[in-house]
Amino acid sequence: MTTQNLDSLYQEIILDHYKNPLHAGLREPFEAEVHHVNPTCGDEVTLRVHLSGSDDRAVIDDVSYDAEGCSISQAATSVMSDLVIGKTVPEALALHEQFLDMMQGRGGVEPDEEALEDGVAFAGVAKFPARVKCALLSWMAWKDATSRIIGELGNKEQP
Amino acid sequence: MDGLLPELEVLRKDFPILSRTLADGFPLVYLDSANTSQKPQVVIDAMVDHLERHNANVARAMHQIGAESSAAFEEARDKVATFLNAPSRDEVIFTKNASEGLNLVANTLAWAKGELSVGEGDEIVITEMEHHSNIVPWQLLAERTGARLRWFGLTEDGALDLSNIDDLLNERTKVVSLTWVSNMLGTVNPVRQIADRAHQVGALVVVDAAQAVPQMPVDVVASGADFVGFTGHKVTGPTGIGVLWGRRQVLEQLPPFLGGGEMIATVAMERSTYADIPHKFEAGTPPIVEAVGLGVAVDYLSAIGMDNVKAHEQAITGYALEGLASIGGLRVLGPRTVGNGGERGGAISFEIEGIHPHDVSQVLDSRGIAVRAGHHCAKPAHKRFGVQSSTRASSYLYTTPAEIDALVDGLEYTKKYFRMS
Repeated sequence: MTTQNLDSLYQEIILDHYKNPLHAGLREPFEAEVHHVNPTCGDEVTLRVHLSGSDDRAVIDDVSYDAEGCSISQAATSVMSDLVIGKTVPEALALHEQFLDMMQGRGGVEPDEEALEDGVAFAGVAKFPARVKCALLSWMAWKDATSRIIGELGNKEQP
Repeated sequence: MDGLLPELEVLRKDFPILSRTLADGFPLVYLDSANTSQKPQVVIDAMVDHLERHNANVARAMHQIGAESSAAFEEARDKVATFLNAPSRDEVIFTKNASEGLNLVANTLAWAKGELSVGEGDEIVITEMEHHSNIVPWQLLAERTGARLRWFGLTEDGALDLSNIDDLLNERTKVVSLTWVSNMLGTVNPVRQIADRAHQVGALVVVDAAQAVPQMPVDVVASGADFVGFTGHKVTGPTGIGVLWGRRQVLEQLPPFLGGGEMIATVAMERSTYADIPHKFEAGTPPIVEAVGLGVAVDYLSAIGMDNVKAHEQAITGYALEGLASIGGLRVLGPRTVGNGGERGGAISFEIEGIHPHDVSQVLDSRGIAVRAGHHCAKPAHKRFGVQSSTRASSYLYTTPAEIDALVDGLEYTKKYFRMS
């Protein structure tokens, strides 16, 4: 890996979120709490979701979390929570799908900055297959928690 | 520096991979030998030669190359027996790795009848510094038999806490299983002392020597253990082969592990009788070319001399501990000195304040330095020290002081990169 690649992995935005994570800490109220682990590296996240209702048009009123892990997984949790709070569940699922496409595109997918906002900073991570799962851990936790509240979600499966 | 192997640069030429350069022209600095060791050319050549010229199945091929292959396979067993000072070659069982050796003992104990049987009211003792492969098989044995699993705790400086040894080792103890050298902390455990105490209460002693056999002379008789297991790929040999040495008397009492070809004396539809040790525990076609490679690997180490390998490891480890101590915000997990008697293995796990181990290893990798980051399959030991994961640098007989310097520089660079200095 070259130093240039290293800088594309560790974008300033990622390091900023790592040092000053948004929406961190576990809060009340919540309808579901999940605990997800990345068994290969030990990264862990406990994540709570609070929805405005229990139908699939519900708005995500809060995502709160307690996470331990590398800069990529910590920053991804911060960016994810900031992106989905205030959105409806279908809107958040669409964002998840876009993020997933970018992460699985090995650096070949041009991300939509309008939609993914700070999430586009993770485009460089897609070039490091070993780190992709770090960026996806909290998204999977959010999806799991949300589906526990409103039932199965119509999103494509993780690889 | 005292203790370094002579002509280290010449020795390094035995290992082709060590001359590789990686991205940006950085030479490979391989500090992940506790994970797997690199392979000398003689091992690679012996395996290629076997595949090119002597390949045949063993023990059942009646032709000339079958005889050659069988001889090469069994010769590897002789070499390993000599390397371990085993009283008999028949006590050397080839497995696929160290984990399989430990599972072999734990599983056959679950099935054993009579004196060796494990059941309710019995106790199994391990330690908090074990690799997962020396925890999970014993948890399974406890679940399957109703026995109770207990363990030695650890002191602040990473040694076994032996203060409650009289309570832990008692007349209910059936088996004690412990690592000789910790893969995370680098601690060298007093195996003989614990084995003697365990034998006083009639317990069997199993030793995970996966990190010990690569870096120090191991004499299975002097260890006092009943079983000693290790893996080929950490002793400059190939993956896919491990060794379980066991005392003949115990091996003969244990029931078979896996059933299949090779492990039988005769088979009828109603029942079978089993081969004598070691083949009783080697069902199916064994890892033949891997055994050949392992035999050459232990010969290679013997030619250098395991006392010399140990001295080299101690010197490099001491130098590395000094270098790491100079880095602000870095905490070594485990013994911080090598000690007068050389009671420390070459694995050094550490944390750096404010930087996650994955990020440390990623930045080091960008400079060609290969270390391991994570829990190193020792989650309970990490928990004991209040951390979720760590970065681990581990040396071997080919590691140079200059590579340790590169590590220390790389860590300072990492701190700057993440603005921690």
